[in-house]
Amino acid sequence: MAETLLTVENLTKKFEGNTILDGLNLTIQRGEVVVIVGPSGCGKSTFLRCINALEPIQEGTISLQGTPIVYGSKNLAEVRQKIGMVFQSYELFPHLTVLDNIMLAPMKVQKRNKDEVKEEALQLLDRIGLKDKADSFPRQLSGGQKQRVAIVRALCMHPEILLFDEVTAALDPEMVREVLDVMLDLAKQGRTMIIVTHEMQFAKAVADRVIFFDQGHIVEEAAPDEFFEHPKTERAKQFLNVFSFEKVEHNK
Amino acid sequence: MLDLGLDVLFKGSNMLRLLQGLWVAMQISLVSIAVSMPLGILCGGLMTMKNKLVRFIFRVYLEIIRIMPQLVLLFIVYFGSTRVFGWNLSGETASVIVFVLWGTAEMGDLVRGALISIPKHQYESSEALGLSKIQTYRYIIIPQTVRRLIPLAINLITRMIKTTSLVLMIGVVEMLKVAQQIIETNRMTSPNAAFGVFLVVFILYFLACWPISMLAKYLEKRWR
Ligand SMILES: Nc1ncnc2c1ncn2[C@@H]1O[C@H](COP(=O)(O)OP(=O)(O)OP(=O)(O)O)[C@@H](O)[C@H]1O
Ligand SMILES: [Mg+2]
Repeated sequence: MAETLLTVENLTKKFEGNTILDGLNLTIQRGEVVVIVGPSGCGKSTFLRCINALEPIQEGTISLQGTPIVYGSKNLAEVRQKIGMVFQSYELFPHLTVLDNIMLAPMKVQKRNKDEVKEEALQLLDRIGLKDKADSFPRQLSGGQKQRVAIVRALCMHPEILLFDEVTAALDPEMVREVLDVMLDLAKQGRTMIIVTHEMQFAKAVADRVIFFDQGHIVEEAAPDEFFEHPKTERAKQFLNVFSFEKVEHNK
Repeated sequence: MLDLGLDVLFKGSNMLRLLQGLWVAMQISLVSIAVSMPLGILCGGLMTMKNKLVRFIFRVYLEIIRIMPQLVLLFIVYFGSTRVFGWNLSGETASVIVFVLWGTAEMGDLVRGALISIPKHQYESSEALGLSKIQTYRYIIIPQTVRRLIPLAINLITRMIKTTSLVLMIGVVEMLKVAQQIIETNRMTSPNAAFGVFLVVFILYFLACWPISMLAKYLEKRWR
C-alpha cells in the first residue's frame, strides 16, 4: 500500500478578508504526480506557498509524513528541507555560481560534506546537460537553463516532495520543452510532485491525477485522460475550452 | 614660457604647508567616514524595519540634512553651539560633527535603498531551501546588498572628501585656506600665482579621490 506523504485538511487562506482558499482537503501518496490547473487568480500559487509555509493560513492543517507544517514555527527549516520548490520567476541567487547555488543549502542547512555534495551536484548537472555551466553565474544562463538549475538546486536537498509553480510560464516557447523534459524525467524516477501549469499537453502526459481549482475550491479531481476528454463539471469544460480554438471558416 | 606662478610653491615651506593642509582635510574626512559608515549602516537597517515611528524620524532627519547646504550646517554647528550652549568647539571638531551627521544620513539612505532593492523572492527561495532567517541574511541578502552598496558608498566618500574644502569657512586651515594664504602673501611678486596654486590644489584633490573612484568602477564591473 502506498504511503501518504502530504495531508491537507480544511485549508483556509484569506487575504485581507478575501477568502482565497476555502476549506481544501487533499492527500498525496508517495510517488504521485498531481497537476493543478485552474483559471488565473484561483489560488494555485497561494496553495503551494501555504504548503511550504511561506504564507500564514487561517484554518486547517498541513502535514508532511505526519509532521505539521506551521507558518513561523521553530521546526520549519527542518520540514522545508523535505519540500523542494521551484517558482515561476527565476530565483537563483545572482551572486553565486551555478555550483554554489546548488551547494549552499546542502552544506549550510544539512551540514553535509562538501566533496560529497559537489559530486552529487555535478552529477545532477550532467544529467540535465549543464555540467559545463557549473562555474557560470546565473546572468550568463538562458531562462530555460536557469529553471533547470533551480530544479537541480531543489533536488540536491533530497526532498520528499517537489512543488513546481508554473516554472515554464516566463520562458520563451523554444525553452519550455527542455524544462518540461526534466520534469518528465523526474516523474519517471517516481518522485512525488505537485505541478501547477498551463501546459495542458504536458499535464496530460505527466499527471497521475489532475485537480481543477476554481474560486478557492477543488471543483474536479480525476485521472488526466478522464479530465481532459470528459470533464464532468461545466466550469472545467469552460476552462478547457479556452485552450482549444474553433477552426476559422474562410469564405471564398 | 607661460608664467603660472608655480615658483611660489617652492618658496620657503609653501609646498609642505599645502600638503599639511591636504592632510588636515583628509583627517577630517577620514574620521567622519570611519564614524558615519557604520552609523549609516545601522540607520539603513533601522529604516527597513516595520516600525513607522523609526522610519518617520529617520525620514525627517534625512530631509533636513539634505535640504541644508553643508555650509549652513557648518555655521549652525560651529557658531550656533557657541551661542546657544556656550561650547567652544574647534573648527575641526565642528567639521567632523557636520560630516558625520551628513554622512550618516546619506549612507543610511543608500543602505536602505540597497536593502529594499533585493527582490522578495530572494528571501523566499532561500527560506524555501530551509535556510534560517540569519542564514538567509548572511549568505543571500547581505552579500547582494554589499555588492550594490560599495560603488555608491565610495561615491559618497569622494563627495565627502571634496566637500571638506568648505571647512575653511569656519577657520580650519585646510588645503584651500593654505592656498589662499600663499596667494595673498605673494600677490605683489607673483600675481599669476592664483592660477598655478589652484591648479596644484586641483591636482592634489584629484590624486586623493581618483584612486577611490577607480576602485568603485572596478568593483562595479566585477560585481555587475
Ligand atoms: N500577497 C497578497 N496579498 C493580497 N492578495 C493576494 C496576495 N497574493 C495573492 N493574492 C490574491 O490571491 C488570489 C490568488 O492568487 P494566486 O497567485 O494564488 O493565483 P494563481 O492561481 O496562482 O494565479 P495565476 O495562474 O495567475 O498564477 C488572487 O486573487 C490574488 O490577487
Ligand atoms: Mg500563480
